[in-house]
Amino acid sequence: MTAPLLEIESLRTYFYTDAGVARAVDGVSLRVDAGETVGVVGESGCGKSVTALSILRLILPPGRIEAGSAIRFEDKNLLEMTEREVQRVRGNRISMVFQEPMTALNPVFTVGDQIAEVARIHAGMSKRDAAAKAVEMLKLVGIPAPEQRANEYPHQLSGGMRQRVVIAMALVMNPALVIADEPTTALDVTIQAQILELLADLTRRLGTSVLLITHDLGVVAEHCTRVIVMYAGEVVEETITTGLFSAAHHPYTEGLLGAMPRIGRHAERLATIPGTVPPPTAWPVGCRFRDRCQYAWDRCEREHPPLYQIDVAHVSRCHLAEEPERRAHPHPPLAAERGASAA
Amino acid sequence: MTTPLLAVRDLRRYFPIKRGVFGRVTGHVRAVDGVSFHVGAAETLALVGESGCGKSTTGRAILRLIEPTSGSVTFDGEDVLALDGARMRKLRRRMQIVFQDPFSSLNPRMSIGSIVREGLIIHHIAEGAAADARVRQLLEEVGLRSEYASRYPHEFSGGQRQRVGIARALSVEPSFIVCDEPVSALDVSVQAQVVNLLQDLQRDRGLSYLFIAHDLSVVEHIADRVAVMYLGHIVEMAPVQRVFSVPLMPYTQALLSAVPAPEPGLKHSRILLAGDVPSPANPPSGCVFHPRCQHPARDAACAGIVPPLEEKAPGHFAACIKQTPTTVSWEQQKSAGGTKPPELFVPPSLAAATY
Amino acid sequence: MPPVVPPLPDVAGIRSRLRRDRRATFALGVLLTIATCALLAPILSPFDPNAQLDISRLQSQAPSWSHPLGTDPFSRDVLSRLLYGARISLLISFTAVALAMSFGTLIGAVAGYLGGAIDAVLMRLVDAAFSIPTLLLLIVVIALWGEVSTSALTLLIASVGWFTVSRLVRAETLAMRDADFVVAARALGVPAWRVLGQHVLPNVVGPAIIAAALAVGNVILLEAGLSYLGIGVRPPTASWGSIIQDGSERVSDLWWLTLFPGLAILVTVFACNALGDALRDALDPRQLQAAPDDDTPIKAT
Repeated sequence: MTAPLLEIESLRTYFYTDAGVARAVDGVSLRVDAGETVGVVGESGCGKSVTALSILRLILPPGRIEAGSAIRFEDKNLLEMTEREVQRVRGNRISMVFQEPMTALNPVFTVGDQIAEVARIHAGMSKRDAAAKAVEMLKLVGIPAPEQRANEYPHQLSGGMRQRVVIAMALVMNPALVIADEPTTALDVTIQAQILELLADLTRRLGTSVLLITHDLGVVAEHCTRVIVMYAGEVVEETITTGLFSAAHHPYTEGLLGAMPRIGRHAERLATIPGTVPPPTAWPVGCRFRDRCQYAWDRCEREHPPLYQIDVAHVSRCHLAEEPERRAHPHPPLAAERGASAA
Repeated sequence: MTTPLLAVRDLRRYFPIKRGVFGRVTGHVRAVDGVSFHVGAAETLALVGESGCGKSTTGRAILRLIEPTSGSVTFDGEDVLALDGARMRKLRRRMQIVFQDPFSSLNPRMSIGSIVREGLIIHHIAEGAAADARVRQLLEEVGLRSEYASRYPHEFSGGQRQRVGIARALSVEPSFIVCDEPVSALDVSVQAQVVNLLQDLQRDRGLSYLFIAHDLSVVEHIADRVAVMYLGHIVEMAPVQRVFSVPLMPYTQALLSAVPAPEPGLKHSRILLAGDVPSPANPPSGCVFHPRCQHPARDAACAGIVPPLEEKAPGHFAACIKQTPTTVSWEQQKSAGGTKPPELFVPPSLAAATY
Repeated sequence: MPPVVPPLPDVAGIRSRLRRDRRATFALGVLLTIATCALLAPILSPFDPNAQLDISRLQSQAPSWSHPLGTDPFSRDVLSRLLYGARISLLISFTAVALAMSFGTLIGAVAGYLGGAIDAVLMRLVDAAFSIPTLLLLIVVIALWGEVSTSALTLLIASVGWFTVSRLVRAETLAMRDADFVVAARALGVPAWRVLGQHVLPNVVGPAIIAAALAVGNVILLEAGLSYLGIGVRPPTASWGSIIQDGSERVSDLWWLTLFPGLAILVTVFACNALGDALRDALDPRQLQAAPDDDTPIKAT
């Protein structure tokens, strides 16, 4: 087996706020192989976006990546690089596609100039070559009349067009890895379909790896080969995509799948996960999901579960792996007994 | 048929486009352009469509939170648009709204108890200690602890705030609630909690909902009937199973096929719409969807004839002159430049993927 | 009818943030000290501020043990005049600012909330008022009027001070008018005036309060300027500006007549501005935000 393209090892990113230390990312390990699309799913506050920002070292104070974390990319630890060296990686070998295309683009420059700038910085292209490259990229992402569009400003484009521009910018240098953080959340469903299709098609053609961060399990099912589920700053389950939907192991994943209404599956009531995510300043000891879990028992309170191997390429952070018989006896979770409101 | 609780006829709302120093009106954004529907007692009608289709404006125009340009709204036999200020305020007890954004929908300077209490006082439903008791009861009903009454909105999570917004709407005991994307801003697990709550309340109180949404999977779960909007028009309206099994309007078909299916391997051939939604200030002629339409019989007639919202099957309305049956005859279509006769078109991949 | 709910801004939060801000604590301390001195002027003053103690021997005396801040050309004790002057200067500036803020907030909120023709008329009026140089206008009015009483002076200053606030409040109101919670109140059937009072105003007064703190400093300077020009408070009443005016013809040798009231003005204006800045930070809604990528409020239980 060759070395993975990206390998994150026990990443911890903490925010030092007035309310205490928010452990937004708390020991995350994951890897992305060359040419692979990996999905990271989870709800608000699970730490998936902070993980993405940490990879490119875009964490600002009061946030800090803690010592002992490692982010190896193409055999180099990004966390040991100087700021200059990291800048040479950003937008060049690893690029990012953000959720909100309007804020990802600078409103006072034309989209052509913004794409060209990336080429000039990283490839040292001349002004003219870079401008030509920008038009070529706009054409690649399917923008009609690219020569004309290159001279327009972000506000003159629709949301879908803007996201295409952002993707063009991300792909200028033919990076090895694209980190897409909720790339279609701000878009309408028909536009979302266009954009995801485009991203999938281009990265397949260029052999780019994608780390796709999303809250939408449907998007993961369609576009990812592997999926990582995050909860409360940790990875709680990781498996190949088909495995997640047919044989989810972690009760949180199970809950997420049940809570999601699905076209064609007629359920009288949606399953819910009672309670809410605890604040990142006070993760519970033991299992962080236990108050909301219908299987939790005393062990979950005492013992922080490690990632158990469930199957080939399937891990889960749940003691049920060792005591599977307990799955037969669900009970109302603690959070439900306290009332749905108790956060 | 008995008279529906709410009947909307030919509702329009145009926003003037003003230019220059003197605010000269140079055109109109036709946000809602001739919309008709009804909502029965204890029924949920979902209004779906993408951003800018006019679904939210429709919801607010019905409640006169935005004054409609023309049309009529009849609620329980009363002509809503003809009411004066005082009588309209009285009617507001019976028609309420729940918002999308749980962060901007609550006054940050009022405790949640005061927020829920306000309607009780305004409409003289309860006062003093009785009002306090009612507030506690309402909070419990939406799944919040009554001790929370003295806390402020910023102390709550998105889902909890949404519950407060629902309690506020319920406080005046309405029979009809416009739910304006009430779960769009919430995480999946919280979304499920709020959807279940809305369904429970409907069952217990016999509420009618106009459920505005863009997420079709939530709509399929909660709605009795669905109206699909595109560029200010209703383009299809039918019972929920019909819309999801035999969508007739090509736009609805595209919308459905765009929903990511959470079953790996079940990847259906997707109808990818070309381009973006046109500007409602300058909508296409004829059928507003025709420039992006994938119907095989699309032709010049689509640009020339405004398609009527006609009943294609019992209770199933669609605005497409190319989907048979149609009242717009082939002769009429030919005289408008039509070259391809109408035919029934339902992409097979769609039915296979969803059922 | 009693109000539905008492207007309850997040006082506790703002107070705790202010307390943590040492700049605010210091500024507030300075202002309170000055105000206390002004209030206790009759007790603290060694002499009657307007008494000409000894016109032949005590004229323009430099600071000494018996007159710590010296005397003026009319043989009046400067320390006593400074203390009594604080009363006038602070009274005029605080009252004028309070009046201007209230009026400006009202006009701005009404214009912003009602919009349409009322807004257009009010805002054109404000635009027109903006184009007139305030100081010049005051000088002309007072000159034509002849002598003005302290209360008339206060009213005059207030009448030229509300434009900025009304602009500010109008902009805030416009932004607030379409907020969902305001729409929700209308949907509940809350009458317009109550929507304005209950839902809009409490959410727009923050910027007005900040503007007020900053304006107090300006008005103190304005009053001092007018008095210095001899058209402010009527002699022999002492104000900080009038004390400087009394020594204005011989600034170089009667330095104590300029230095001490000047210092008083400087410290007060500085404290007001610092307090304004601190308030701006404390009222900043971003202070309420939780950590990134997290919708769980930190204060949630």
